[in-house]
Amino acid sequence: MPFIPHTEDDVRAMLAAIGVKSIDDLFDEIPASLRGGALAMVPAGVSEMEITRLMHERAERDGRWLNFIGAGAYEHHIPAAVWQIATRGEYYSAYTPYQAEASQGTLQLLYEYQSMMTSLTAMDVTNASLYDGASALAEAVLMAVRVHKSSKRVLMPATVNPVYRKVVHTIVKDQHIEIIEAPYCTECGHVIPAALQKFTGQDFAALVVPQPNFFGVLEPVDELTARAKQNRMLTIAVVNPISLALLKPPGEWGEGGADIVVGEGQPLGVPLASGGPYFGFMACREQHVRQMPGRIVGRTVDVDGKPGYTLTLQAREQHIRRSKATSNICTNQGLMVTAATIYMALLGPDGLARVAQACHSNALKLAQQLIALPGIKRAFSGPVFHEFVLCLNAPVADVLQALKAQGILGGLALTRDYPELGDALLVCATETKRDDDLKRYADNMKRILGSRFRPAPCALKPAT
Amino acid sequence: MLIFELSRPGRRNASQAPLAVPGLSAIPEDCRRTSRPLLPEVSELDAVRHYTNLSRQNFSIDTQFYPLGSCTMKYNPRACNHLAMLPQFLARHPDAPADTGQGFLACLFELQEMLKNVTGMAGVSLAPMAGAQGEFAGVAMIRAYHTARGDSARTEMLVPNAAHGTNPASAVMCGYTAREIPTDREGSVDLAALKAAVGPRTAGLMLTNPSTLGVFERTILEIQQIVHDAGGLLYYDGANLNAILGRVKPGDMGFDVIHLNLHKTFSTPHGGGGPGAGPLGAATKLLRYMPLPVVAMDGDNYRLQDETDLPQSIGRLSAHLGNAGVLLRAYIYARLLGREGMQRVAEYATLNANYLMTELRKAGFEVAFPARRASHEFIVTLKDLKDKTGITAMDVAKRLLDKGFHAPTTYFPQLVPECLLIEPTETESKQTLDAFVRAMKEILEEARSQPELVKTAPHTTPVRRLDEVRAARELDLAWRGTDHAVGG
Repeated sequence: MPFIPHTEDDVRAMLAAIGVKSIDDLFDEIPASLRGGALAMVPAGVSEMEITRLMHERAERDGRWLNFIGAGAYEHHIPAAVWQIATRGEYYSAYTPYQAEASQGTLQLLYEYQSMMTSLTAMDVTNASLYDGASALAEAVLMAVRVHKSSKRVLMPATVNPVYRKVVHTIVKDQHIEIIEAPYCTECGHVIPAALQKFTGQDFAALVVPQPNFFGVLEPVDELTARAKQNRMLTIAVVNPISLALLKPPGEWGEGGADIVVGEGQPLGVPLASGGPYFGFMACREQHVRQMPGRIVGRTVDVDGKPGYTLTLQAREQHIRRSKATSNICTNQGLMVTAATIYMALLGPDGLARVAQACHSNALKLAQQLIALPGIKRAFSGPVFHEFVLCLNAPVADVLQALKAQGILGGLALTRDYPELGDALLVCATETKRDDDLKRYADNMKRILGSRFRPAPCALKPAT
Repeated sequence: MLIFELSRPGRRNASQAPLAVPGLSAIPEDCRRTSRPLLPEVSELDAVRHYTNLSRQNFSIDTQFYPLGSCTMKYNPRACNHLAMLPQFLARHPDAPADTGQGFLACLFELQEMLKNVTGMAGVSLAPMAGAQGEFAGVAMIRAYHTARGDSARTEMLVPNAAHGTNPASAVMCGYTAREIPTDREGSVDLAALKAAVGPRTAGLMLTNPSTLGVFERTILEIQQIVHDAGGLLYYDGANLNAILGRVKPGDMGFDVIHLNLHKTFSTPHGGGGPGAGPLGAATKLLRYMPLPVVAMDGDNYRLQDETDLPQSIGRLSAHLGNAGVLLRAYIYARLLGREGMQRVAEYATLNANYLMTELRKAGFEVAFPARRASHEFIVTLKDLKDKTGITAMDVAKRLLDKGFHAPTTYFPQLVPECLLIEPTETESKQTLDAFVRAMKEILEEARSQPELVKTAPHTTPVRRLDEVRAARELDLAWRGTDHAVGG
């Protein structure tokens, strides 16, 4: 019996103590008509050796690829110490630190995490995590509406990750919150602040400002934040935490900075892993902290005056306030934050800046090599961080398929979400790429596009 | 000591970041960061030692008995974690084409099929990232169902007053008013009150079964009849599925939509507060509203369904596939257990709970519902002890920490005064349960002989009782680099 330690003697003694004849008797309050039900679709149990073999086979089948896809999830080197420590049983198999005295490890780590994120974003406070970047943006929209009080409309540029916009729609739509799309400039790839003029005078709770945006392009964040303030809107920043080592933090944008900052925490030491688990982060101004969703850790003292840490401001949360809570969130992404904290501690300010700079340089290098090829041009003139959009003179799906045949995942096709851009491809290069990786991508791209434009005068005969 | 207090300017880990960083830059001046973030400057050893030592200040399943009611703190098999972290699984980008992830998707598809079977539901979506997100999605599906039928008068979601706080909070996020239904003296949903509450405004009822009071809702078939007759739908909160896994299926009880907590019933690690996973199961009439993505098998190939497959879906809940790695761990656990192992989960969880309840009663503790069978958990009420000695449930919980046990859930459900909600789980041995009973007995004796010892507990933890009022009033939520910095 896997993971059940009972011996036959134990079971006999326990049943005798309870005063029943069999374990079945313990289910006597369940109506007889409900008991049973075969588990035909559940196979018989296997040993650890057998499941190990199966999982290795499946993992090997999925293989390893030279990946240039970003689009919200980024490949970074993760120091070995990060997950060796994060998977220590003391972190991994504990739960939400309800008993503070028995959870000082997790609580102090979360306080350190909050401190690091607060400083990285240049905001006053952060929570202990939300599920992911997309759901964090949805929570930010709900929070902005609570803070603003009078408006239930939010202005959302089309340069925000399209999946994030879908998730926001799912989560806020039943509360009668309206999301209005703001246009972007198809030449520069970012929002033109003056183009928001047409919304002036309308009633909005917030403006969402992504930095970098989904195209990898840098938005004019100062102007956008200032414009939001002038129109009595909150600014919700959506940022990449690695980029904040190089880019102006949202707390310093425009006049007085952003009001709420959210983002995907995955780049900070969390593996890509087909999409999760990741974690969302959220920061805000101290005056709005009581409207913030999620767990928050505070520093205090014990009865002897010794410093210690505890969950605080719990009156915002569902287990206290029930239907009046700021959110329904309970379990969040604690272990991912544990990894992120260790990651940031290992890298420090200098290491994080090196990672960000290496990503930026690699993206520029790859873009230079690719746009030098016939049949490719940069889609946008705006400056980028570590991702950029190309316009191809060939069907993007075919090009990606041909790259994949060479072991390269060439990026994300934008044809479905941005049909106006034609055969557009979103490409990312992080610090994990060496010069020969970039060259391999460019060489293959050259060959693939070249073969499309200049069919070989004498085609090779197929092997017989 | 904080990691920041170990920091020294200029100290760094040369090997953890790129060594040679090319200087190419195209970031405009006004977009650049000028302030230096207050991240620690420490060596690799500093960081490793600091976070290793911090971990030792935690209670955890791997180090202590952790009978936290309603949380199912059972052993998390190490193989599940090890195999979910194989390098190919970790390296795969979520937007990589489906043909680069057939091994991974096969695991998820098979997990979906197994969950369908154990819950008795027609379809399963693995999208929700935690129980509360599963609740949100399930209630949104109920709303989509009523809306599609033009039934817009249904504005109320019924919730027992013993329910988890997430239930009413999720209902409100879906635009409903949460209406509470009282509990009768035996710990069951008050049927008369339920009958009086249902009507044309009823969108549905959210129910945990066994309930948070640790008892099975014996009248579940009547409850489902009452709600369905009124035109409402039934939502199953799977927080307590461990109590009936392999014995009773929520689908057979008449539930229309359910979530289950893989970090409870399927033993994925709780991680100090997540990540969890809250897959959703739906009856046939709700399948079209399931959250995306859903894993499908076309011929021999697995793929993720999107909006074109399920145009009436309530939508997406995360940027990608939910907590994919948690789903892998649950899959491995399910395969290790298999059919027979899964049935034994509920049996031994129930055996342990009833044995512990019996032994604690013998030791002089009062249980909240003595006439009822315990499910996988039960409630001890210390109201009498408090009246006689002034010692509260919180005091007993803290004293348990001194004795090397994590405390049970305290003060939940709120309708039982001075309560401890105790869930031993099936992975604990009789010897551990006996040791816990001895500790509880000792505390009862101390309550009489040396009450101050109990009232001022804990005494052996890294800190003693914390000033929570001060934590909330004098907010200190981040280290600022000045107040407790150590010089040179």
